[in-house]
Amino acid sequence: MDGDETSPVSRGFVGRRRSKAQAERVPPGQYVTPEFPVLSAGPTPHTPLEQWSFALQYGAERIAEWSWSQFQELKQTRVTADIHCVTKWSKFDTRWEGVTIDTLLEAAGLATAPTSYVMAYSDGGYTTNLPMADLLNGRALVATKFDATPLAPAHGGPARLVVPHLYFWKSAKWVRGLSFIAEDKPGFWESLGYHMYGDPWKEQRYAGD
Amino acid sequence: MRDEAAHARSLVLAVDGWQGHEAGQHVDVRLTAADGYQAERSYSISSAPRASQLELLVDCVPDGEVSPYLTGEARVGDRFELRGPIGGYFVWTPEYGRPLLLIAGGSGIAPLASILAVRAVAAQGLPTQVLYSARTHQDVLFNGRLKDWRRDDPALAVSLTLTRSAPAGWTGYRRRIDAAMLREVAFETSDKPIAFVCGPTAMVEAAADALVSVGYPAERIRTERFGPSGEST
Repeated sequence: MDGDETSPVSRGFVGRRRSKAQAERVPPGQYVTPEFPVLSAGPTPHTPLEQWSFALQYGAERIAEWSWSQFQELKQTRVTADIHCVTKWSKFDTRWEGVTIDTLLEAAGLATAPTSYVMAYSDGGYTTNLPMADLLNGRALVATKFDATPLAPAHGGPARLVVPHLYFWKSAKWVRGLSFIAEDKPGFWESLGYHMYGDPWKEQRYAGD
Repeated sequence: MRDEAAHARSLVLAVDGWQGHEAGQHVDVRLTAADGYQAERSYSISSAPRASQLELLVDCVPDGEVSPYLTGEARVGDRFELRGPIGGYFVWTPEYGRPLLLIAGGSGIAPLASILAVRAVAAQGLPTQVLYSARTHQDVLFNGRLKDWRRDDPALAVSLTLTRSAPAGWTGYRRRIDAAMLREVAFETSDKPIAFVCGPTAMVEAAADALVSVGYPAERIRTERFGPSGEST
């Protein structure tokens, strides 16, 4: 579907119009829901907190690793943002709390990231690729709380990546670390036909968009 | 188009240039109002792959924006835009070979019906179990097709569970899917089955958790969730 082409009118379809203010907040092809739907490829992992850790990895080298309690000691940041799922729903003003990637790099003693890309990896084997620049300057969080309560497992708890300016599959659930990679390569959904970058405002849903 | 239940309808679409799909995939449907306003939603393909045609199952979401139109207003001959097929993980082909466990909740039967249609043509005799959870007997979609497929092939077993009400004399299950039910109907893990689970989020969460608890490895459980989470957020 290419928005530049003339679309046939669906006879009798009216739809649910949005206010102008709302329309400006909703990327093309999205609808707003007060619910919090779930999209996952498999069962929800349930990792006990005492077995949980978060790592920064570069090839075989483990640059830094934090246990759950160490992770709680890091500077916690609150973010309120609109989120946009590739399955068409958007949700306004979601409230997250966790550790920014800036804070993680600083705590690991890194003045800059060693590469321009990372692969986020999760319990259950999920991966997703991101440009490093999209994770810095407060644009991304490893969140452990949603609406001021511990993040539920179905929504990615104990911790998920939150990168609200990209489609939400980039916000890896059950995230356990970031692996620095020299060249961009596809993660799980990206190798199954989804877009490498995933900007909702450019409607980059699938490869080739 | 064909009504499958009071709230669900199958749409048979002729699509120029459609090359077929893999069983389990979905399409994006885009509707356009007279003034250019557009709305898009995803629907699973319920038919076997074939050129130039596909069938979608649309369950009417009360207060929804698109599904009430597709199940109520749309008429034979109407046109709208499709994109797809989409989805590369929740797919099945006969080459997988393993015993097949299909677990559906409500209209989540749609992509599994596509899998069963392929199986009926290309993999008859493959040990296959269907566990289908619906609210009432009237909500069991594609019941006729399930009966036809089962009649033709003793390797296919179908178990139904009704969660809200059941007709007099009902001998099937009458509760939500749980681990005890899976121990009774699902393949032993030593058979190395592959499981596909599709339905509302809460049902899929529960069924996938139950599969893990009876020993199914997570990498052989593929899930597709739809609808709201049922959690207040």
